[in-house]
Amino acid sequence: MLAPLSWLKDFVDIDVTVEELEKRLFDSGFEVEQVIAYGDKLDKVVTCKILEITQHPNAEKLRVCQVDAGSYGKLQIITNAQNVKVGDIVPVAVDGATLATGDRIFNGKLRGEDSFGMFCGGEEIGITDDYYDGASSDGVLVFHDDFPLGAEVRDLLGLKDYVFDISVLANRPDCQSVVGIAREIACALNKPFKEPDLTFNAVSGKYENIKVSIKDTELCPRYIAHLIKDVKIEKSPKWMSRRLALCGLNSINNIVDITNYVLLEMGQPMHAFDLDNVENNEIVVRRAETNEKIVTLDEKECLLNSENLLICDGVKPIGLAGIMGGLNSEIKDETNTVLFECAKFKRDNIRRSARTLGKSSDSSKRFEKGVDEYTTERAMKRALHLVDLLKAGVVTDVDVDCSAFKEQENREVSTTFAKINGVLGIEVPKDTIVDILTRLGFGVTVDGDNIKTVAPPYREDVEGYPDLAEEVIRTYGYEHIKPTLLKDAVITAGGFSKEQQNELKVKKALVNLGYSEAMTFSFYSKKDVSALHLSEGDDEANAIIIGNPISDNYEVLRRTLVPSMLKVVSSNVKKGNMQGRIFEIAKAFIPKSLPVSDFPIEKRHLAIATFGGEDDFFTLKGVLEELASVFRVNLDLNTRAEKTYLHPGISAKIIVGGQEIGAFGQVSYETAAEFDIENKVFVAELDYDALAEFFTVPFKYKNLPKFKNVERDLALVADEKVTCAEIEAVIKSACKNNVESVRLFDVYVGEQVGEGKKSMAFSVTFKAGEDKPLETADVDGFVKRILGSLQHRLGVSLR
Amino acid sequence: MENRIEQIKRDIAVELESVNDSKALYELKTKYVLNKVGIIPALMKELGKAPKEDRPRLGQIINALKDWASEVFAEKEKGIEEVERKARYQKEAVDITMPSKRTEVGTLHPVTLIKNELVDVFAGMGFRVVETREIEDDFHNFTALNTPQEHPARDKQDTFYVSDDFMLRTHTSPGQIRSLTTIKPPFKVLIPGRVYRADDDATHSPMFHQMEGLVIDKNITMCDLQGMLDVLVKKMFGEETKTRFRPSFFPFTEPSVEVDVSCFECGGKGCKLCKGTGWIEILGGGIVNRKVLENCGVNPDEWTGFAFGLGLDRIAMLKNGVNNIHILYDDDVRALKQFKD
Repeated sequence: MLAPLSWLKDFVDIDVTVEELEKRLFDSGFEVEQVIAYGDKLDKVVTCKILEITQHPNAEKLRVCQVDAGSYGKLQIITNAQNVKVGDIVPVAVDGATLATGDRIFNGKLRGEDSFGMFCGGEEIGITDDYYDGASSDGVLVFHDDFPLGAEVRDLLGLKDYVFDISVLANRPDCQSVVGIAREIACALNKPFKEPDLTFNAVSGKYENIKVSIKDTELCPRYIAHLIKDVKIEKSPKWMSRRLALCGLNSINNIVDITNYVLLEMGQPMHAFDLDNVENNEIVVRRAETNEKIVTLDEKECLLNSENLLICDGVKPIGLAGIMGGLNSEIKDETNTVLFECAKFKRDNIRRSARTLGKSSDSSKRFEKGVDEYTTERAMKRALHLVDLLKAGVVTDVDVDCSAFKEQENREVSTTFAKINGVLGIEVPKDTIVDILTRLGFGVTVDGDNIKTVAPPYREDVEGYPDLAEEVIRTYGYEHIKPTLLKDAVITAGGFSKEQQNELKVKKALVNLGYSEAMTFSFYSKKDVSALHLSEGDDEANAIIIGNPISDNYEVLRRTLVPSMLKVVSSNVKKGNMQGRIFEIAKAFIPKSLPVSDFPIEKRHLAIATFGGEDDFFTLKGVLEELASVFRVNLDLNTRAEKTYLHPGISAKIIVGGQEIGAFGQVSYETAAEFDIENKVFVAELDYDALAEFFTVPFKYKNLPKFKNVERDLALVADEKVTCAEIEAVIKSACKNNVESVRLFDVYVGEQVGEGKKSMAFSVTFKAGEDKPLETADVDGFVKRILGSLQHRLGVSLR
Repeated sequence: MENRIEQIKRDIAVELESVNDSKALYELKTKYVLNKVGIIPALMKELGKAPKEDRPRLGQIINALKDWASEVFAEKEKGIEEVERKARYQKEAVDITMPSKRTEVGTLHPVTLIKNELVDVFAGMGFRVVETREIEDDFHNFTALNTPQEHPARDKQDTFYVSDDFMLRTHTSPGQIRSLTTIKPPFKVLIPGRVYRADDDATHSPMFHQMEGLVIDKNITMCDLQGMLDVLVKKMFGEETKTRFRPSFFPFTEPSVEVDVSCFECGGKGCKLCKGTGWIEILGGGIVNRKVLENCGVNPDEWTGFAFGLGLDRIAMLKNGVNNIHILYDDDVRALKQFKD
């Protein structure tokens, strides 16, 4: 929201510095994002009268002028401008001057002749024709006013101004206007607010009757039309086009400029129709038909549907409500009769139409923020006042106010001072509260401890005493709030729940194992899913799709984290990070039905990936086991997995308590290739919530054995089909109470053990009973029993 | 015999003189003092052959010799050990500037680290952590939070919808509704988590993290919000840090404030980090809107509260000097490894 200081001063007497004003606005909730200063650079550019012009002796194109610059004296100025003549009053930048561009001017010589300054054109002064006739022309600006000599051009033309770029909060659409901001300044500075002049002379007479009908009062609660006769389309006065320019709008003509001026000043978008193009003198506000078309002022055709609101005449559409007028009814140079429109349109409808049609205007942007109906009527009056002021036409008494408008109800709040202060936690004196609310335009009635307020009609945001508390404190000052530490609150226990602590414990265990926590997006592309080469019926394929993705890359709401991990690996490898270990715990989303008609299931998954370096299937297996050991959970990792994206020979299921909760292994070559990964990658993914169910085993210290363990190595020869797990199981079951652990430490396949056989070396640790230490004879007995069992059950023998 | 003893003593002294390693010393010891074969033990055996009356005296002399020998040998041994250990140390010395054999630990994500740090601070004030759904419905994400039907936040443009009624939450605030409808007041909760908005450019990530705080109790005021914030910012950004409230607007709080902290980089003088203002915006909050309480079946005349929300990514970035949000989600291992806690 842009508000020029000079414009604000129409409505409030501002006697503080720009910086102070900025601070006051900030404190009351209106952050000034930027103050744009105009004309502040321009200095020592003064008026002078040309007394004499002679040809430069050494340059054909240059002329030597003698000028009278008032208090700066008589000066010689060299110029190449051809448009000046003796007697002209022109701007001259004298020694030490600064131009609007920031350039400095000093005395100098041009082709051997002294020049004590430089004549200026509009550009050097920072103005165009909109501000002063002739300022846009090439050459030196020749004033057509009889200005005094030696006077600062900046002051003569009133160039010095500050435009405040203010960010207005969403609940204060009334402040999306110069008047609204001026009202806030008046309150902040405790100065009276000067109402805009809304008076005008309406000429009555025999004019055409205008009919207005609103077919959809929800989308258009109010529509005011007013007829202007005998319009003279002209340029706007300089002061008006200057103000529009300061706010970034171009001057078009007096009638269009008035509508724009009112938009900026009052915050109410308006439109002007050429009545000659309004057939039957009738305005109909209705929804568009499907596939109905309109060509708007920007000469573009829009294809409409019933969600778009149209302004029509008796026959055809003449405007896209709240967004842009129709080309067929625009104001032309020869326009003679104008119909002004001031209306309230539903904000979200305008917003949606503007978005879907890809057509945004100052008007639609303003409607999107919300316009109050109180202002609708005042804005029309203001426009009519300006028509009068500019003598742009004759204001008639023909007007139609078609409205479902009623004074807003519930603008009254009855409460107590105690309640207002109860929100704040401090004691703002009663009379201060009354004073602040009064300054903000509230009607205030006090009865002892009770206070009744009536919000001003443009304040549709005030609903209860907390709103009043906010009004009070933002004016009184937040610095009055004194910190208390929940002094009346009950003491509660804080921190992570047991379950959340466990999750953190898992993360920390992985960190200790050398893995770094990654965070990836919860969505990825369909291509990322297809890279898994899933079979029909695989759960992972049945994922939720985002209805309005911003990109193909964020389309599938994941139910497996594997593609996310592979994308991280891929992007790292592409950047030359050839080795890494990562993990993530994040939600997977499992639909109960598709399309989604109920809350989907959200399950935390744990995904781990390692690439490059020495890690292999067994390192990852170890990571999973170590992780499980933190919670004293036993994982079964000895069943082959059947995942399309894992190596069929180097992958396993993750099973806990007989329940399959995930899989891990080397990523299949096909899938790795889809992610442009050439080297081996190992991933694990499991349903963390399912695993966490098993985290409940309470910890209890186990006494250490009294007697030391004894280790024995067994070199075995087995059929190559026999698995390590089978041998381990037999060893353990052969001496249930005495085997502490079994560890494979070497595997050999080759000539020495024979075709179809392998040699496996195990280290078996035996433990003693409670009562006596292990003797060599005991251990020999165990080994004998184990070997017998191995031979008998698996055909495995000692090497 | 006495002469021989004297001679042995001289011999030991002379021979010991030329010994300078443990092997030679051992040989010398064997020669003189080792049981059965040594010269001194042999003297003891000879004692039996000496005249009876000389025996006690000779025995004394031999014992003295024995004591003396073991003393000089021990002394010599000590000296040699010292020399030899010194030599060993010298021989075994390594180039300590060679690379380490290092087991690299991993790291927690900077957002997790910041979350934990914040939870620590809030836990001390009695806030417990509650995690709620990421897919929400219109009621929890908007309606119950008093977001009017017309509010721009409801634009399809900004929200990822998975169907007409369900969406990825756009903020952690629906966690307020879930807490208010399931936990009996009074309570204090923190709701951290992932949130999603359809925005992807230099400063926005379509997924990011927020943390919501909600206190429901009796007579909760703006002063309580200020008090809690003072504790928070002092612990997070240092004792010198000051806070500043400025009016703001959120549909679910009234009054609503934006909270700035004095810039911890420049101390408020103005720098690049705070864009010259001396202040950094860190969170938004306010007094819980009565309508939100009503929407959740909590009596607003009985219970009051304050709520706040902060961007975990933003704080993680500010604290760690990360200047681009995408760095947090690129998961470049070189970046991740920097966040050792």
